[in-house]
Amino acid sequence: MKERSGIAEIILRVNGEERRVAVRPGDTLLRVLREKLGLTGAKCGCENGDCGACTVLLDGKPVKSCMILAVECEDVAITTIEGLRDHPVQRAFAEENGFQCGFCTPGMILNAAALVEAHPEHDDMVDREWMQSNLCRCTGYEGIRNALAAARKTLRAGG
Amino acid sequence: MKLASHLGTSPVRTDAPAKVRGALRFTDDLVRPGTLHAAVLFSPLAHAEIRKIEIAAAATAPGVRGVFTGADWPEILIGLYMGDKPPLARGRVRYHGEPVVVAVADDEAAALNALRLVKVEYAPLPALGSPRAALAPGAPVLHPEMARYARIPDVLPEPGTNVANRTKIRKGDPDRAFAEADVVVAGEFSFPPGDHVAMEPRVAIAEYGADGRLEIDSSTQSPFEVRNLLARALGLPERRIVVRAGPIGGGFGGKAGIMLEPLAALLAMRFPGRPLRLANTREADLLSSPGRPGLQARVKLAARADGTLLAAEIEFLFDSGGYADYAVNVSRAAAISCTGPYNVPNVKTDSLCVYTNHPFATAFRGFGHIELSYATERAMDLLAERLQMDPADLRRKNLIRQGDLTPTGAPMDENTGDLPACLAKVRARLAWDAKPHRRTMPDGKIRAKGISCFWKAPAIPTFTDAGAVLYFADDGSATLATGVIEIGQGAHEGLRMLVAEALQTDLERVHVTRAVDTDRSPHDWATAASRSLFMAGRAALDAVADAVAQIRRTAAVALNCAVEDLDVAGGRVFVRAEPARFLPLEKVVLGYVYPNGNAIGGPVIGRGGYITPDLTGLDPATGAGKPWLEWTLGAEGVEVEIDPADGGIRVLKAACCMDVGKVVHPALARGQVVGAMAMGIGYSLSEGFVFDARQVVQNGSLRDYKILRYGEDPEYFVDFVETPQQDGPYGLRGLGEQGIVGMPGCLAQAVSLAVGAQMTELPMTPETIWKKSREAAR
Repeated sequence: MKERSGIAEIILRVNGEERRVAVRPGDTLLRVLREKLGLTGAKCGCENGDCGACTVLLDGKPVKSCMILAVECEDVAITTIEGLRDHPVQRAFAEENGFQCGFCTPGMILNAAALVEAHPEHDDMVDREWMQSNLCRCTGYEGIRNALAAARKTLRAGG
Repeated sequence: MKLASHLGTSPVRTDAPAKVRGALRFTDDLVRPGTLHAAVLFSPLAHAEIRKIEIAAAATAPGVRGVFTGADWPEILIGLYMGDKPPLARGRVRYHGEPVVVAVADDEAAALNALRLVKVEYAPLPALGSPRAALAPGAPVLHPEMARYARIPDVLPEPGTNVANRTKIRKGDPDRAFAEADVVVAGEFSFPPGDHVAMEPRVAIAEYGADGRLEIDSSTQSPFEVRNLLARALGLPERRIVVRAGPIGGGFGGKAGIMLEPLAALLAMRFPGRPLRLANTREADLLSSPGRPGLQARVKLAARADGTLLAAEIEFLFDSGGYADYAVNVSRAAAISCTGPYNVPNVKTDSLCVYTNHPFATAFRGFGHIELSYATERAMDLLAERLQMDPADLRRKNLIRQGDLTPTGAPMDENTGDLPACLAKVRARLAWDAKPHRRTMPDGKIRAKGISCFWKAPAIPTFTDAGAVLYFADDGSATLATGVIEIGQGAHEGLRMLVAEALQTDLERVHVTRAVDTDRSPHDWATAASRSLFMAGRAALDAVADAVAQIRRTAAVALNCAVEDLDVAGGRVFVRAEPARFLPLEKVVLGYVYPNGNAIGGPVIGRGGYITPDLTGLDPATGAGKPWLEWTLGAEGVEVEIDPADGGIRVLKAACCMDVGKVVHPALARGQVVGAMAMGIGYSLSEGFVFDARQVVQNGSLRDYKILRYGEDPEYFVDFVETPQQDGPYGLRGLGEQGIVGMPGCLAQAVSLAVGAQMTELPMTPETIWKKSREAAR
């Protein structure tokens, strides 16, 4: 019996660009970003939705790209870490040592960027709920906590 | 002309821009077109005979290029300090997660699909679930071939048993001291094996070229060790192997041995000319690749009525899992430092590395010291309870000081850190003198404090080395090449600051090469044991001195003066007495050119090296010797809040003060300590493998294996004391691992105080805390 691969061409809107890409129905957005589009900022930390290293923004909302299929993402604006340019959260992570090894950092920064956008004012419970979706093994979260505060301050001051 | 010192300032890391933009390429971001992908079938059982493996259907599946089993490499054994592990299981499996079959295909999905067509027939064997079970009479011997394994001389296996290594410490006359003591306390303490959970799962990409060279990109902390061990295991000369590494996404010791590289290399050699990628899933990284050891410990202490320690009798049984690998030296390290940072005149210790049917263990942050510290600190708490002494006062009374003899009989030297000052600082941070240390809050929750002291010495080979090369660009800026891997710890930032300081130049004028390549980088033992800034730092200063000598030699000719009259600072070489007579470095470092075009000097290339001096092995009968490079001493403390209704626990405060000799980059130093304390909290409260009765792991994913999350982090207090390390660069000593070491001890003390009963096992989950509270209440 001849096997059919089921490969289809789809158009993804990534970081403001339209990207045509051939995918299998079962390909996750994470693997397509990394392996087909060369956007390796999103990381394969667990591919089980537990660690958040693959977090991207879909229409501005943080989503674990290992938990969604690429074919489901045709109608949304996808932002990866490569599409985030000189964002206050990025500057804050650099200055406050919100990272060490840097592996969780792209996902952590995108999640944090969405957080400060949705909640410009600090709220312990909201931050906790929101940031618990991303794991960091290096920092003990102190630098990340400080980076959130610094980014919010910058944003309040007008960016 | 002297510049303000860089040391003690906190410039933004040079890798920050790449990291916050996601632009930094980790090993798995380097996959090239045409790469073959390997997928591994793991043992579902902890101990079984492999009866039969059927691979024919898998081998002919679409896209598959080959399917391999242990029979393909019948002779090869791999291991860092003891070679006991085949690249794929042969004849039997010894732990849940052991690699059994590997499929190689054009893409990962095809390789995974092929594995579904593989049939393995196992005959289950009784599984050993603890070191004590493995030492019981009649226990199955997991490695009957042990006597034939290659090993380093310091490892003393006991063939015919499950003991992979035994280290003995015999100091003074413990029998007499116990007989004469006013009080004796004894306790048993334990925890299961667990995992490092570096966020980057391990990956190796290997290619065997037409020129007969094996090239490997790996997420390793030890590229030179990998090259050396691969050469031996594969029978290839080292000149035909190159290992490239770093930066890597966290290591914590888990990437310090030899991991995926041998299998990746063996597979690549079957497919010359094609890169081959062997990447761990998270589940494979947790179970199949090595984690950290478990422990069963017995500690007995003898003391005078006033709390003065007289003797210790200690048994450490390290749970090394199915293979010993690096763990044979973890148990040895724990023996060397077995008493913790206390002056104990009489010691009898046996520290054993024991095979079980658990996932196998390797180096882990703290390297034997977090384990020993938990056990000895618990015993100190039993003693404090018996004597009705404040636990901090008991510790203060017994702190080791300069001139005291360590368990291996060598004296603490003039570099001994100021541990009393560290303890005092932590007491102050926790308001220790405000008693009681246990308070019931208005909402019924209980708050309690705990305090511990710790020490750590790197357990490194006596010939541990570090190399450094310093070369220059046309603009006079300097580039330092070392073999140090950037794991996230910031060693490259520290090295950059040391070089800038020694060259008396702006930080911006110094660059440190990121990637390490065994063909091009100077040799360095491994990025482990918190020794990079110390040892590679010494090598870097040596290289700077060599470069400066060359600069002065060329400049003396050009400026027509004596070499001795020249200094280098501020990007210039100048006559000390007449600073206006100078040459900018860019006019000298690639050779000086006279106005008429004649040139002299040639490129300046500074070379530097360091090797540990005066280290010895241990006497096999008594443990006597001087095996350490340096000791880092410190104290830690916590305040916790426990809900007696459900056992829920929050760590409110965590404090650490250690004597690091010299703080080079305060922000990064703090980051290391905070990260280590966080890891210690996870270690103590939530981490560790859970096994069923057949020793199959029940929490082999990050869904169930709980590390600390955002919001569970306490308020951190970090302080440093600076008693210079005379042989360390600018007086510094190691600090990367140490912050984890005292955490289980102070947490267990605080929890024990809160629940009203001594905790003896980790992790102290809400369930165990709740049960213990209920028992104590009855």
